[in-house]
Amino acid sequence: MNVILIAVISLGAIGLIAAIVLYLASKKFAVYEDPRINQVAAVLPQANCGGCGYPGCNGFAGACVKAADAGSLEGKLCPVGGAAVMEKVAGILGMQAAETEPRIAVVRCNGSCENRPRIAEYDGVRSCAIANATSGGETGCTYGCLGCGDCVAACKFGAIHMNPETGLPEVDEEKCTACGACAKACPRMIIEIRLKGKKGRRMIVKCVNKDKGAVVNKACAVGCIACGKCEKVCAFGAITIANNVSYIDAEKCKLCRKCEEACPKHTIHAINFPPRKPKPEVAPEAAPATAKPVEAPATPKVETPAKEEVKVNESK
Amino acid sequence: MKTFKIGGVHPAANKLSADKAIEVLALPKQAIIPLSQHIGAPAKAIVDKGAVVKVGTKIAEAGGFVSADIFSSVSGKVMKIDTIPDASGYRKPAIFINVEGDEWEETIDRSDALVKECDLTPEEIVAKIKAAGIVGMGGATFPTHVKLMPPPGAKADCVIINGVECEPYLTADHRLMLEKPEEILVGTTILMKAAKVDKAYIAIENNKPDAIKLLSEKAKDFKGIEIVPLKVKYPQGGEKQLIDAVVNRQVPAPPAIPINVGAIVQNVGTAFAVYEAVQKNKPLFERVVTVTGKSVAKPSNFLTRIGTPMSQLIEAAGGQPEDTGKIISGGPMMGKAVGSVEVPITKGSSGILIMNDKESKRAEEQPCIRCAKCVSACPMGLEPYLLATLSAHKDWESVEKECVMSCIECGSCQFTCPSHRYLLDYIRMGKTTVGGIIRARNAKK
Repeated sequence: MNVILIAVISLGAIGLIAAIVLYLASKKFAVYEDPRINQVAAVLPQANCGGCGYPGCNGFAGACVKAADAGSLEGKLCPVGGAAVMEKVAGILGMQAAETEPRIAVVRCNGSCENRPRIAEYDGVRSCAIANATSGGETGCTYGCLGCGDCVAACKFGAIHMNPETGLPEVDEEKCTACGACAKACPRMIIEIRLKGKKGRRMIVKCVNKDKGAVVNKACAVGCIACGKCEKVCAFGAITIANNVSYIDAEKCKLCRKCEEACPKHTIHAINFPPRKPKPEVAPEAAPATAKPVEAPATPKVETPAKEEVKVNESK
Repeated sequence: MKTFKIGGVHPAANKLSADKAIEVLALPKQAIIPLSQHIGAPAKAIVDKGAVVKVGTKIAEAGGFVSADIFSSVSGKVMKIDTIPDASGYRKPAIFINVEGDEWEETIDRSDALVKECDLTPEEIVAKIKAAGIVGMGGATFPTHVKLMPPPGAKADCVIINGVECEPYLTADHRLMLEKPEEILVGTTILMKAAKVDKAYIAIENNKPDAIKLLSEKAKDFKGIEIVPLKVKYPQGGEKQLIDAVVNRQVPAPPAIPINVGAIVQNVGTAFAVYEAVQKNKPLFERVVTVTGKSVAKPSNFLTRIGTPMSQLIEAAGGQPEDTGKIISGGPMMGKAVGSVEVPITKGSSGILIMNDKESKRAEEQPCIRCAKCVSACPMGLEPYLLATLSAHKDWESVEKECVMSCIECGSCQFTCPSHRYLLDYIRMGKTTVGGIIRARNAKK
C-alpha cells in the first residue's frame, strides 16, 4: 500500500513541477503572433496550393498582414479564392482589395494525334520532364505537348485532364484556379496563366513552336508559321511575332476575332464565343448568340489570298 | 589481368562486324554538317549560302574556348544553313552542302605513305590539332586541344590511348587498330610529345587478341609505348574507369578532371585523327562508323564522311530490316534511339545499331526490391536506386548531395536491375536539372 502511495505522490509531484515549468516557459517565451493572421487564414481556402507564391495559406495570410501594415494589398492575390476572398481579407485588414481580373490556365498546343502525326514511339517513363530531358518527343515538333500528363499530376484541384482522343490536356474552366502549378510542371512551357477575359471570352494562339514555317508545316497541321497575317490585321497592336511564333497580349486584345479569320493555319482560337453569323463581314464585337450553328461558307477575306481560303473554325 | 575496381557489368559482346574490313562509303548527294558536333559552344558558320567549298575547307569556327572548328567533308556548293534534328531529337543548326565531284584542298597529303618523323614543338602540335578541329572520337567529343592544355598547376605524366571499345556491337576502333596500327602508334607518339610526357599506354580489352598482338609487335619500334591488355568489363572505356584500370589512380569527384591525377586519355580514333592532322595536314572530316544489328544483312565498318545521312549507311549495310524496332546512334548501352534516319553522321558517331522488334521492347517496370544490384554495378560508386527515387520526387537538393553529377550515364544500373526499373531515365532527368541549378548558381556568384 505504502509503495503505491509513494509512487502516486512522487509521480504527481513530478507532474505538478513539470506543469509549472511549462506554464512559466509558455508565458516567458511566448511568441506574439498578430491575431489578424489567423483571422485572414480562416477565410482563405486552405488548399495550400502555393498559387499565390507563398508557402501555403498561412504564409500568404502573414504576407497579407505585413502588406496591409505597409499600406497596400497591391499584388496579393489568392488565385483559388479570387476577388471574393480578397475582399474578405481586405475587410479584415481594413483595406481596399486590389482590383484583379480572373485568370485561367490555357494550353497553347493543338497538336492532337490527327493534327500532328507521330513519327516515333517514346517508351521511357511516362513523365513529360523525363521525356523532354531524354528525347525530342514522339512527333516532328520539339516544342509541343509531350502528352505524359505532368500537368495533370500537378493539379490539386482536378481541373486538368488528358483527353484520350486528342492526347492533349484540357482545362476545366469551372475548377481551374489559375494557381500555376501546371504551368510550372510543364517542361516545355506550353501552359500559360492568362486573363480569363470578359464573359470568359479570349483569343489564344495555340502553338509555341519556334521553328521556321516549313518545318512547322511538316510536323503539324495547325502550327504557327509566323506568316504575320494576324499581326497585320490586328488594329490594337495586341499581336507580336517573336522567335517565329505569334503571341496575343490579353491586356491589349479587344476580342475582335479578326486574327482568327486571318490565320491560314487555324492556330488562333476564339474561346467561349457564340458561333459566328454566316455573313462574310462579321461585326468586330461578338455576334449575338442567335447565330445558327452552321459553318460559314468559304468566302474570300480582306487580306488573304483566295487559294489559302478555308472554312472558318467553329469554336466552342 | 588488370581492370577497374568498382562495379561494372558484362553485357553480351555481339561484335558482329569484327572481321569486316573498313570499306570506304560512297559520297552522299548532300552532306548535312551540324555546327554542334562537340561538347561546349556550337561552332559559328563562316560560309554563306552559295559558297563553293572543297573537301577540307573550314566552314565553321570554334564558338568559344571549349569548342572546335568544323571542316567540309565534301566538295560542292553550300545550299543553306538551316536546322536539322540530331541524335538528341532536337533541331540544331547545320550547313547543307550539295556534293559536286570530290575536290580536296591542295594542302592535304593524300598519299598512303607512313610519315614517322615529327619535328614540331609541343605548342605547334597543339595548334595543328586545334586547327584540324579534332575532338574525342570515342563519343564524348571533348575538344582534343583543350585536353592537351592542362590547367595551371596540373601536369600529365602519361597518355592513355583508349582502344577498349567496351560497348557491345561496335567494332570501329577494333578495325582501325587492325588496319592502321602504325598510324595510331605515330599518333600516340605525337600526343606524348604534345603532352610533354615520355610514357603512353594503349589499353585494349582481351576480347581483341588480334589487335593486342599486332600492336604489341609494332610498338617495339616506338619508344615509351606499352600495350596493356585488360579484362573485359563494361564500362572500361569510361575515362575514369580506364585510368583506374591502367595506372591504378582514382579521379576525385567533379570538378576534378583526369589531368589532376596526371593522365590524359585519348581514343584510338583520336590518335589516328591526330596522326592525319599533324603528318598529313588533313582536318577531321571522316571517321569509321560501324553499322550493325542482329537483323542487319551485312554488318559493316564504313569510312564515312561527316554529314552523311544515316539512311545511306543503313542502305549500304543491306537496307533497313523489316523487323526494325529501334535505330540507335552509338552502342546499345550509351547510344540514343533516333527518331529519323536522316540524322547525319558527326565527329562522335561511332556506330549505328539496328535493334529488332523483340530486342528493343523494354520490359515492364516493376517495384524496386532493394536487392542493391545497381549499387554493386555502378562504376562510380553511386546509389542509382536512391538517385532515381529522389529524382522522381524532384528533391533536387538531395539528388545533388548524392553526387548525381558524377554519374557517367553508362546504364550499368539499368542493365543489371532485375525489376527492369528505368533508373537511367530518372537519373538523366536529375542530372540535367541539377546541372542547370549548378550553372544558375555559378552565374549568380
